[in-house]
Amino acid sequence: MCECCTEKKDIYLPQMATVADISQMNVTEKYLRLAMDDGQFDFIPGQFVEVSIAGFGEAPITISSSPTQTDGLELVVRKVGRVSGAIHNLKRGNKLGIRGPLGNGVYPVEECKGRNLVFICGGLGLVPQRSFINYVLDNRSDYGDVAILQGAKNFDFRLFTPEIEAWTKRGDVQMLETLDEGDARWKGNIGVVTKLVSKVETDLKSAKILVCGPPIMYKFVLMALADHNVPQENIFLNLERKMKCGVGKCGHCQINHAYVCMSGPVFRYSDLASLPEAI
Amino acid sequence: MSVKKITKGDFEKFVDALIKAEKTIGVQAKGDRFDFAPLESAKDLRLDYDVTLQPPKKFFLPPSEALLTYEVGGSYQSQCDPEPFILLGVHPYDMIAINQMDELFQQDNYDAHYMARRHGATIIACDVARASDNVFASSMGTAVVKEGYDILLTDIGDSYVAEAATPKGEQLLAKAKGAEADAKALKKRDEVWARNRKSLNKHELKCDVAYLPKLLDKAYKHPVWEERAKTCFSCGSCNQVCPTCYCFNVQDDVSWDLKTGTRCRAWDGCLLDGFTKVAPAHEFRKGRADRFRHRLYRKAKYVPEKIGGQIACVGCGRCVGACLPDIANPVSVYNRLIDDLGIG
Repeated sequence: MCECCTEKKDIYLPQMATVADISQMNVTEKYLRLAMDDGQFDFIPGQFVEVSIAGFGEAPITISSSPTQTDGLELVVRKVGRVSGAIHNLKRGNKLGIRGPLGNGVYPVEECKGRNLVFICGGLGLVPQRSFINYVLDNRSDYGDVAILQGAKNFDFRLFTPEIEAWTKRGDVQMLETLDEGDARWKGNIGVVTKLVSKVETDLKSAKILVCGPPIMYKFVLMALADHNVPQENIFLNLERKMKCGVGKCGHCQINHAYVCMSGPVFRYSDLASLPEAI
Repeated sequence: MSVKKITKGDFEKFVDALIKAEKTIGVQAKGDRFDFAPLESAKDLRLDYDVTLQPPKKFFLPPSEALLTYEVGGSYQSQCDPEPFILLGVHPYDMIAINQMDELFQQDNYDAHYMARRHGATIIACDVARASDNVFASSMGTAVVKEGYDILLTDIGDSYVAEAATPKGEQLLAKAKGAEADAKALKKRDEVWARNRKSLNKHELKCDVAYLPKLLDKAYKHPVWEERAKTCFSCGSCNQVCPTCYCFNVQDDVSWDLKTGTRCRAWDGCLLDGFTKVAPAHEFRKGRADRFRHRLYRKAKYVPEKIGGQIACVGCGRCVGACLPDIANPVSVYNRLIDDLGIG
């Protein structure tokens, strides 16, 4: 018998999960709720899983649900390739493999306690951020002001619209939404998400800022935050890469010396000085 | 542990006995070059070789291997039940590369697939008898090796000095005919070591190898990366022949019946276009110069940070020979940086 069947765990062996719910969210995204076949699944907001569809492969997906809300986990997957295409074809009750939770760089859940928080999300960036947003809202008294800035490409690409509506109505969250391209259905802000930064009511300089979005967004958001003199120590960026193995071996997610799967995916901006490839 | 002196005739008999008892892989001629391959007769073994075409890493991290098997839509089973083998004729620089890989595959998350093969292997290392055209092990401090092998052989003319370093090596060496190595034989071995520490140096690094991480600290924006990468084919040959490159890809292969399949990992290379590509089309290390720099930073800065400062270029010189546009030579790049940036 070999080692992975006896003494040591095989780090590449997925655990089985069942699709408890799956639905189309908008034109490209599907929502999935998964139940692990062997029971509980503990994770910290910011962690990701390798989703495995036998015959198609694996893809790293950051968990969208908060550990405070479901027994299993929720994912949002955009259909862009082989594995995500196969995920989109899943039906309720289907099986899939999960490795994880992975990632040691998570949202600073403890450090943010007592502080004002600003979430800046671009497009699918809302998906990982939602894990920490709901965590904060479920422990509302532990945190200060909460502002959520969400930018989407157009009306059809909006995500979690019922949830955004609920956040807006709570009264203890400043919810700001914008679309790159507006149309007749949209009465709100038009333009990129950075335009919303100056509308934040809380003091940006003392707030913790959590950023996730497409690669192009980071530079502009960081420039906007620099204009407001936000210290780099207070900014956290979710730097998703191609975490192929997820366990610090395969090299695909490496940014200079750091493996995103090991040190991230959430990084403190001031720690990125030695990682010029990060942004 | 024993240190034996074995005549070349007796050594040949010993190797033939090994071949009969266990799968034995040794260095053999391949055209006018050399490579590791399964041995059928001790006569084919060429311990006088200069360098092998491929490093021995393929026996621990095969170019392609099954990690798991699965049923489509079903569950997964781990695959790793490797056949034990003897690896005969590993040069010190390659042994040091294997020691580094062992550390990398064990740290943080234990890779049972790699380690099962590694534990199944008995390594008989041998000191270099003939310098290859591009070796620079003397510069890298890898011309001799003190650990990792089960037995170390040194050619001292008409005999080998064979030293066991592990119980497994001791047990194996007990089967070889030979007396305990005398002072004269050990002196000859010391001479081989002293010679190799100096002579395996076809490209001479202008600084102490331990200085390389500090050199790279100030070289990130140096023009050398663009200059060299201008003629880079992004072919990944330097990755492929490197004994310390271990990046890999993982993909699913489905069998003909469409019901079962294997999840395979295969070598990948950071010089290849698309290595850092994410869906839908963004590539994080798109520039050739960035990828070229990444490889040399991995060797002398990034990987060393993971393995206690050991430089992950062992001076085998294979990349120098494999690179068609002749830009891969690490010593030539590092020396250029020293010329421009100085030491200290």
